[in-house]
This record gives sequence, C-alpha cells and structure tokens, in this order.
Amino acid sequence: MSWSGIAVYIENYGRGLTKTSFELLGKAREIVTKVGGPVYAIMLSNEEIEKYVNVLVAYGADEVVVYRVEDKELPNILVHKCSLVDAISQLMPKLVLFPATPWGRSLAPRVAASLGAGLTADCLDVYVDDGGGIVQVRPAFTGNIIAHIKTVTYPVMATIRPGVFPVPTPDSSRKGRVIERTLNLKVCPSAKDGYRVLGLSREKKVKIQEAKVIISIGRGVRSREDIKLFEELAEELSAQLACSRPLVDVGWMEKDFQVGFSGNIVKPKVYIALGISGAPQHIAGMKDSGLIISVNIDPSAPIAKYSDIFVIGDMYEFAKKFLEAVKTSKSGESRVG
Amino acid sequence: MNIVVLIKPTPDITKVRFNIERGTVDRASTSLEINPFDLYAIEVARRIKRLLGGTITSISMAPPQAEIALRDAIARGVDRAILLSDKRFAGADTLATSYTLASAIKKLGTFDVILCGEKSVDGDTAHVGPEVAELLGIPHASFATRVDKVETDKIVVESDYGDAYYEVELRLPALVALSRPVVFLGEVVEPSIPKVSDVLRARRAKVEVWNADDLKDVADPSKLGISGSPTRVVRSYHALEKGREVKVVKGDEGINVVLRALKELGVL
Repeated sequence: MSWSGIAVYIENYGRGLTKTSFELLGKAREIVTKVGGPVYAIMLSNEEIEKYVNVLVAYGADEVVVYRVEDKELPNILVHKCSLVDAISQLMPKLVLFPATPWGRSLAPRVAASLGAGLTADCLDVYVDDGGGIVQVRPAFTGNIIAHIKTVTYPVMATIRPGVFPVPTPDSSRKGRVIERTLNLKVCPSAKDGYRVLGLSREKKVKIQEAKVIISIGRGVRSREDIKLFEELAEELSAQLACSRPLVDVGWMEKDFQVGFSGNIVKPKVYIALGISGAPQHIAGMKDSGLIISVNIDPSAPIAKYSDIFVIGDMYEFAKKFLEAVKTSKSGESRVG
Repeated sequence: MNIVVLIKPTPDITKVRFNIERGTVDRASTSLEINPFDLYAIEVARRIKRLLGGTITSISMAPPQAEIALRDAIARGVDRAILLSDKRFAGADTLATSYTLASAIKKLGTFDVILCGEKSVDGDTAHVGPEVAELLGIPHASFATRVDKVETDKIVVESDYGDAYYEVELRLPALVALSRPVVFLGEVVEPSIPKVSDVLRARRAKVEVWNADDLKDVADPSKLGISGSPTRVVRSYHALEKGREVKVVKGDEGINVVLRALKELGVL
C-alpha cells in the first residue's frame, strides 16, 4: 500500500464539531484532485455518529472514520493521539490536516512525534506545486516572515489557522462511506491513567476571532473604570471590545479579550485601535484585518504604518465625540427611515 | 523534585532586523535572550521548588553565543544550565529539536516535571513541548493557564482547549507548556527580576555544554540536525504590508473621516 489521499482531523472533544473542521474539508476537496486518493474525515465520538456522517460527507469527506469512545475519554488528548496514530497507520494518507486551535496545536505534535512525521504549524495555506509536491505556507518570527515549507517524508502533516479558508457549500448529493473503529486502550497506556480530565474549568468569555468589528484598547487607558466608556462605544457600534497585552497584565481585562501574538489572532472587517502604540506582538495579531483605524496621541506611534486611517488625538476625547457622532448619525437615519 | 525547564534562546523580537529582499532574519542584529514565554516556566519552576524542594535543570539547544541567555536563566533561579551545542544539531526542525532535547533529558536520568513556554517568539510552532512529551512517553498539557495543585506524584493544571478551559490532572513525570499570564496556586505569576547578587553569581557559574558525542548512548545520530528533520523551508519572504496607505487626520476631522469610512463599509 502506498500513501494516498488527504485526512482531515475533525475536532470534537465534547462540545460539537468546530467550524474549522469544515474549512479544512473544503480545502482538502479543493486540492485532492492534485494529491490523488480520497478525502478522509477522522473523528472521535461518544454518541451515535449518524448525524455527523452525512454532514461530513456533504462538506467533502469520501470516507468518515469514527472512533467510538466513552464520555470521559472524549476530552482526553492522549485518546485522540492514539486513535489518530492508528488511523494514519491504517489509511496512509499523504497529507493530514489539523485545525491550529489550541487543542489541535497540542494534539498534532504528539501524533507527528509518534509517527516520526514532519509537522508544519499554523499554516495560512497549503498548495500543490507544478511538480506535485505539497507546499505549506506559514508565518514565523511573530508574523514578520512567511515561509514555504515542504516535507520530505510521508505523511505530510500541518495545522491550519482557523478562518483562513472559507466553509464550503455542502452538497447533500455526495455519497460517502463510514468506517467505525474502536481503539484498544491497552495500546495507549498513558491515556488511561497519565492524563485525567477533572472537568470543564471555565467557559471562554468571548470568541473575539468571530467578531466582524473590533474596538481594541491599550496602554492609553488610565483606569479600570474608564473601560466603561469604550464598552459603551463598542456596544453602540455592535462591535466586540478587545485589548492589547498591557491591560491583561494589569488585570483589568481577561486574556480572552487580548489581541496579539500571545493572545488571539484576529481578522475582522474593521479593527479600531485606541491608545495602542503597536508593539510587534500586537501587530502580529491584527495586521490582516480589513479596514484598520487607529487613534493615538503620539504621531510617531508604530501602529500608524499598519493603519488605513490614523487619527492623531486623545483616545478618550475621540471615544466621547465619536460615540455622540454615531448616536446622532443613527437617530438621523431612523428619522429618515 | 527534579524539575527540568526547556529554554529556547531567541532573538529579541522587538529589536531584531529582517532582510526584506531575502526574506531572512539578520541574526547578528540582536543578541539571544530567553524566549519570553519561557520566563514564566522558570518562575513556575522556582515556585514548585520552593514548595517541594529539589533542583531546577534547564536544557537548551542553541549556538554557543546563547550562553549569555543561560547565565540569565541561572540568575533567575536555574540551578544547572545545559547547552546542547554542536554543528551536528544544526538545521533541526521541531521534530529533530524535540528528539535532541528528549535525548538530553534521558541522559539526565530522573525527572519529575518538565516545564516550557507555550511557544517561542521566533518559531511560533508550540510543537516542542508535546513532541518531547511523546518521545519520552509521558503525558503533557499545552496552553496551561493555571497550575492548581502540585504534589510529588501529580500536577493539576487548567488547559486552554480553544473553545473552553479544562481542568486536567497529569501523573508525574509529565510536561506542562505554560501560557502567559499564568496563575500558580491562585497567584498571578510574573517573571522576577534577578537581584544584582544573583547576576554576579550567574556570571561565575558554569554552563555545561553537551555535543552530539555526549548524547551517543541515548540518541541515534541520524535523527539529529538536518538529517533528522523531515521539513525544509523552500522559500521565505518578508511579510510586507499590503501597501496600506495611511490617511493621517487630526481631532474632529478624524471623527468625520472614520464615520464616513464605517458608513461606506455598511458597519454604520
């Protein structure tokens, strides 16, 4: 048997299938004609799989490989690791795609190390070159360098940044096949007693990656109470409030709200940075946004050159006047309407 | 407790310069320092040592000039610093790097907990922690935001899964890759600034340098460096901004310009 096809890891640790899994199926479908072979969807499930299978096939899978596990095993990353090592050894896909979510970035390296496979992290694209080689595109050096990477052995493995590929249109006429497998946990000893999930600890307060409009505040904020003003502005614009690292460091905002290299990488339609000077780590987290507007009292703030509109001014004064202007503009529209 | 900290000496990302034409990093433009994420691993290691006793050993794979970063690690509380440095380690991708680090840990002998930062500021892969754990056959947790309990045989951490945070108990030996900020037993941990006396002590301390021969009993030479690396960079370029032409405005004019732009986009 030789290496053939593309396997997509469908992320499911007990909270349903994540959107990125479908983005990856779409990409796999797009390049599989050049790679050759089928598109496999590999997942773990603690429940009846019927509802998943039809959906995964409609989104592009030819074969859905499901490992049935107990409830308590589903959030155990080592159970996923052992299942994937089993699946990849059986199916021998040329390319394996994982979502570059925290879970995917924790799981994929373990699978790669177990198989002795090459892995490329947090890719922005995967394509097949004229010679039929699989090329992975990824940022490095806090987003400053873009590298094209080839893997000289099989399987080629990559984690893909969420949101870079569109969710494909499902085709309910597609036909596929299901392969159900059970994992012998004896071959996976450390999963049984080395790693024990005690439970859900906290929900995420927000998912700022999903926001269309983001208002982000930084070091210019003078006190915790002042955040209310910017919250109000965000609400008026139906925007998500976010922040840069200093506000997390002082404990005024939680990390779920942080944009940047060590927080969340975002790509909204509009990004408005208030009182953020633009450290490289922050730029890495927002530079691919649609329209970038920044407001800073310092005309030499580095964020200026990453912005489409740079307003020189005080972030407080801007926020107050802008809030009024937005309210006036809205009431004007409603009078006309 | 035998605590191992994996430290990556990295260029200072706020000072490093890039060769825009060639798409490469000018490594001579700044000296190597401890990867900022790893500072949190050192600090958590100190807290565990304070609680349960033991020693902190750091392991790094880097060129010889990384020694300065390891002296900083000693000043910050590392008891023994080991630098894996050899031309035969060069060109390693994350798999070969993890293999080399795991081999060095095997050579150390016993270990209870291995700590590292969640990722590095230069490579940004977050691979090395989980890969080292897999190669050593021990459990790991990545993107750990809290350490809630640590005992001689287990560690309880909160791990970011992406959609939510989960509480996970790892049986020791285990590896934990730490996020920042990180909470240790209810207290937010910040890297401490070394005292002058510690800096002076670190200046005289010994940094052990191990080469490939030192690992010959534990490592297969074909799995080191470029020969052990399945991935190859075939092309690289500077991520030039897509020509954002910034419109600079002041005061009230700014309000109108922004309002107009948002209306054009249909946001307002």
